[in-house]
Amino acid sequence: MAEKKSLFQEFSKGIIKENPVLCLMLGTCPTLAVTTSASNAIGMGVAATAVLICSNAVISMLRKVIPDKVRIPAYITIIAGFVTIVQMLVKAFAPAINDSLGIFLPLIVVNCIILGRAEMYASQNRVIPSILDGLGMGVGFTAALLCMGIIRELLGSGSIFGLQVLPVSILIFILPPGGFFVFGILIALANKLNTKAGKKVVENPCQGCPMSKTCKSSSVTQCEKENKEVTENAG
Amino acid sequence: MLVKSLVSVFLAAILTENYVLSKFLGICPFLGVSKKLNTALGMSVAVTFVMVLATAVTYPIYTYLLVPNDLAYLQTIVFILIIAGLVQLVEVVLKKYIPSLYQSLGVYLPLITTNCAILGVTMLVLQKVDTTAAFEYTYLHALINSLGAGIGFLVAMVMFAGVRSRLESADIPKSLKGLPITLVSASLVALSFLGFSGFVDKLIPM
Repeated sequence: MAEKKSLFQEFSKGIIKENPVLCLMLGTCPTLAVTTSASNAIGMGVAATAVLICSNAVISMLRKVIPDKVRIPAYITIIAGFVTIVQMLVKAFAPAINDSLGIFLPLIVVNCIILGRAEMYASQNRVIPSILDGLGMGVGFTAALLCMGIIRELLGSGSIFGLQVLPVSILIFILPPGGFFVFGILIALANKLNTKAGKKVVENPCQGCPMSKTCKSSSVTQCEKENKEVTENAG
Repeated sequence: MLVKSLVSVFLAAILTENYVLSKFLGICPFLGVSKKLNTALGMSVAVTFVMVLATAVTYPIYTYLLVPNDLAYLQTIVFILIIAGLVQLVEVVLKKYIPSLYQSLGVYLPLITTNCAILGVTMLVLQKVDTTAAFEYTYLHALINSLGAGIGFLVAMVMFAGVRSRLESADIPKSLKGLPITLVSASLVALSFLGFSGFVDKLIPM
């Protein structure tokens, strides 16, 4: 019984509690770029989820085989393989989505959510929890994208899923500045809800980044320093 | 004609097609490393360097190795491996031969492998070869485009570092503090770059 509950938690934590986009600040590039319409957002979300589940499963299976030193290149190769498969499938069965996602479909390779989950979760856990973790994170990613997509499409072209609902539209919301703005406001909202629930708020986008361990860039060290100060102050 | 098209490609990559502000590539370093001017500068120089180098290597491999052998579908996997290897190589070479440069740029190199701007530029350049009708898009154009993309990244980073230093002393509502206000100001910077649309075409008519 306890096992079952924890498996469900592995799945559900990605959706709200540790939402990869709104709480962990991962995968910001596709979040901003493909959310000009709700259907684009779903297409991207589903493609990334598929890659996430497969790569988590394979990396978890191989976690004892891959030497620690070359793990990042190994993960990237595995992920790139699955991205290529997804790319071919999308091209064959949903060419419209392939056209609208464009370059961001192959760019799933460098999406930090996928590498991040490989590094933080799949490399240390068994296969079934890793798959569920991937599924949960994927659903969380899709939900955040859909949320952005609906807001931007509604305000920017006055429609939802292509269905006209508003007589007026504010074009700027589907242009790049609108993407930054809507994302900023959504994170502010998530922060507000998180502080209300008494949870920590992500301040530096580097914090959740999978490369933060290997990266010695001063901003991360700085952010670690700040974190230390915060924890010391809190303690 | 050649010079004209090169200048047009270069300016377009910096201003109208800015990779950060209008194509949303490389947002992570844009938000993460732009807090201080010197780190923003170091990161952008490293990115520009790797971008040009990566394009210089991936373009011939794609056109002369992958396409003739019907392996174009391997583009993603081949490119990411080339970039990962290249970044490692640059790190080793800099460490051995130019330690002073390694000191200032080395810290950013591990981050660059997973920087979507690099992979994005190498792929978008090849898309342009097929879609540009006005003039023949050569290897030289591809390199200039990557250089422009890097400089555009630098311009955006440096401008944004300036904006963020002003934000430090501003009185901001509690919920907006930190990342949200950074994104909202990024939106305003992106808005200003929208003003360049059509600028290059008018300046240098083809």
